[in-house]
Amino acid sequence: MKRILSIALLLAGAALLSGCPKKHNVIEPPSAGSQVPGSSSGDSASTSGRGLNGDASTQGADGMGGAYTTGPLSKKVIYFDFDKSEIRPEFAETVTAHARNLTSHPNLKIKLEGNTDERGTREYNIGLGERRAQAVRRAMMLQGVAESQLTTVSFGAERPAVEGDDEAAWSQNRRVELVYAP
Amino acid sequence: MNKRFSCLTALGFLLFCMRSQAELVVEITKGQADAIPIAIVPFSSPEAAAASFDVAQLVSDDLARSGRFKTTDRKDMIEQPHTGAAISFDDWRRLSNDYMVVGQMTPLAPDRFNISFELYNVLTRQRLLGYQISANKPGLRLASHQVADMVFEKILGIRGAFATRIAYISIVGTVPHRNYRLIVADADGENPRVVMQSNEPLMSPSWSPDGQSLAYVSFEGRLPSVYVQLLKSGERQRVSARAGVNQAPAWSPDGKKLALTLSTRDGNLDIYVMDIATQTLTRITDDPGIDTEPQWSKDGQNIYFTSDRAGGPQIYRVGIQNGDKPRRLTFQGSYNARARLSPDESQMAFVTQEDGGYRIATLDLRGRGDVQVLTKGHFDVSPSFAPNGAEIIYASRDRGRGVLALVSADGRVQERLVSSEGELQEPAWAPF
Repeated sequence: MKRILSIALLLAGAALLSGCPKKHNVIEPPSAGSQVPGSSSGDSASTSGRGLNGDASTQGADGMGGAYTTGPLSKKVIYFDFDKSEIRPEFAETVTAHARNLTSHPNLKIKLEGNTDERGTREYNIGLGERRAQAVRRAMMLQGVAESQLTTVSFGAERPAVEGDDEAAWSQNRRVELVYAP
Repeated sequence: MNKRFSCLTALGFLLFCMRSQAELVVEITKGQADAIPIAIVPFSSPEAAAASFDVAQLVSDDLARSGRFKTTDRKDMIEQPHTGAAISFDDWRRLSNDYMVVGQMTPLAPDRFNISFELYNVLTRQRLLGYQISANKPGLRLASHQVADMVFEKILGIRGAFATRIAYISIVGTVPHRNYRLIVADADGENPRVVMQSNEPLMSPSWSPDGQSLAYVSFEGRLPSVYVQLLKSGERQRVSARAGVNQAPAWSPDGKKLALTLSTRDGNLDIYVMDIATQTLTRITDDPGIDTEPQWSKDGQNIYFTSDRAGGPQIYRVGIQNGDKPRRLTFQGSYNARARLSPDESQMAFVTQEDGGYRIATLDLRGRGDVQVLTKGHFDVSPSFAPNGAEIIYASRDRGRGVLALVSADGRVQERLVSSEGELQEPAWAPF
């Protein structure tokens, strides 16, 4: 349904925009990339309201992690120190919880999205974001998660969680987000 | 998921004559102390076209914005001659003008005009230049920039770059609902046109050598791919959507290849050269560090790039022939990245970390490698040379907002372009 809707919007947009409007109105075409299912990270609302406690072995048959509102599986962001890609000890539990979730549900796949704060050059920051995502990936593989369940993506500094030119904002942006694929 | 790169040609709903709301206002923050005083006298214009274009004002604005000229205010002009014969040179000399331009605009046809102008040396009374351009109404802005180019070149001996374009990224809205736009505008910020927009990030616009296309990175679908877009038609071609990183496209001087950053499964970023037509890849770096931000030398034989193989990011140059070893170019400080070459390859602009902030610097490629830091901000990144090598446009932050700024290649003139809407970043100056 979503796919049909997106194609219809695309065609409608193309029809609207076939001329050259001379006015200053900005006509917003349907933006590319907004129709990917399950693409919003950091938005832990999922299709089910099950699994209010965090015990992966007894709850949530889909094991998505998105169903959990408490416990380590509800935590899906890992934060990092400046210029570092080491996983801080306080996030070890989160990594382990998701690793166990993945090993007990081998059909599950997860995307590890690496991010940096805004400082420095944009393309080098893509590299740093990738390094962070890879650190989480390696930690999960060490705990038995299959390589095929893990994908890394780096957004560098391009998708901040918080805007601002200070450490309060920067510390919120140096992160890896764990996004389960549907 | 098996990622295959494919040629997608998606027409038109992304590119069309859509005017952006953003207006760029130029503020000169530091002018050149010995700027040349020049007066651009309002041109005569036909009464019927009284509301038509003020050529002299645009020429004057262009020259003032370069920071190398000090332009005379109209209210200080004691007379407004339109030909050399009508100039009272002694009066203009008393106003301390070294040069002056006079001109006329006459109608050739409905909506078509002839612009004729003369440039005079006020002291010697010598006519240095006389020229005519004809243009239709929509072409008057470009014609005025061309007049400014001719005056600039005649006096300074440097080709003018007023009639050129810039591309940049504009971000509107606040997280998490940001809209990213790739915009092409005149070099003075006028006529902004959105050529691509997305709810996912757009990055790294790069002009083809013929100025007809832009390569860029798009995260549509929430994964990075490199696209090439032909500006005239809006036709897009996805040229790299390999698994992992697809970033930092840089055109070879012959326009046939792109240098790119790709990654292995284990996240090792390296530089490759891709033939656009055949999609064949040649690996250029092979090193466990982050290797990215490639730029070609003018002869197409070398690639400059950023690598942190020595611990922190530094700039290297490597020949694209097999077996050439990269040579490190930057040695001052712990962070040097994102090289961009001047058109004559005499200088390299880059980003350096100094006093905890990121600044634009140049390195002398012809001499002993002297480094000059040109800017004083904390977040000055993404330098790009004008095609005449006289100025560098870059991204900066001012009072919490992303802005574009200009600095002359010798650092003496500084200006800022502020958007009335959105955050601006990643400017790229088009070739001539």
